Amino acid sequence: MLRIAAKMMAPFIVVFGLYVHFHGDYGPGGGFQAGVILTAALALLSLVFGLDAVRRVVPPAFVQACAALGLIVYAGVGFASMMLGGSFLGYDVLASDPEKGQHLGILLVEAGVVVTVFGVMTSAFYVFAGRKEQAR
Amino acid sequence: MAGAALARLRNLLAAVMLAGIYSLLSAGLFTVMDAVDVAFTEAAVGAGISTVLFLAALALVGHREKKPARPAALPLAVVILTGAVLAWGTIDLPPYGDPSNPVHGPVAERYLLESGHEIGVPNVVTAVLASYRGYDTMGEVAVVFTAVVGVLILLGPGSRDAAPRLQPPSSARALGPAGRTRAPAPGSEPPTGSGA
Repeated sequence: MLRIAAKMMAPFIVVFGLYVHFHGDYGPGGGFQAGVILTAALALLSLVFGLDAVRRVVPPAFVQACAALGLIVYAGVGFASMMLGGSFLGYDVLASDPEKGQHLGILLVEAGVVVTVFGVMTSAFYVFAGRKEQAR
Repeated sequence: MAGAALARLRNLLAAVMLAGIYSLLSAGLFTVMDAVDVAFTEAAVGAGISTVLFLAALALVGHREKKPARPAALPLAVVILTGAVLAWGTIDLPPYGDPSNPVHGPVAERYLLESGHEIGVPNVVTAVLASYRGYDTMGEVAVVFTAVVGVLILLGPGSRDAAPRLQPPSSARALGPAGRTRAPAPGSEPPTGSGA
């Protein structure tokens, strides 16, 4: 029963996390919250199915890479706008008109935040929850 | 109220639960003050993930706090002094909701009036966070990343006390080679996720 409920809820939690990210421009929310919500989905699954099952699907090396990748994306957007002739993290130059550029820049930067926060939180969760099995 | 109970409790499990409740109450407070974004973060991070991480840590260390060895007179004095200094500092703070407060100066006015066509994003908080204050947010992301690098170095798979666990100290065991190689006892495997 618990397994079925968790299985059914997890995709919706992930979708909600993505909604919080992509809708962050219009309503409350943004990268930090979205990343945490994505981690919550994994935490729920690992409570019900065990940490090993979740770690097989989303390996620790992957989430650690995520943690670094998001920061690279963020800084990369900054450097990209510099290359295009703007200032560091000045998104105006990213698209044809400044407003679209700002939109694109914010979305990319927030995507970086999502990926990093997801990677960081999940790594920390793996490490803390994984030590118990190691200690036995 | 929750904070006072939190300080008194010796059962760490209950303390973690109270900390989560405290976070949720703060989230409600932020919502009342119309800071929805902050409330959202507080609810997701403070009440959600922090509680999970605390519980995972408690699973390692047990949920009873040790009795303090000495009477805590000096720490109590330090805490009271710090609290007094902080309370003294709040006297200078401008009153809540006063329109002449420094935060309602020209910068906030510009954010609220201009961000609509400068950034084109309806949520001003996002506009400030990701565009006007993009440097700060990048710094925050870097801080979060650095924190997890620290966690991984301390507790991760490559850390010092993770590796030797595979081979328990041989001096304590006089069982012979069979007893030595089987580090985890066969019965102690945790049941992973039994159905309801």
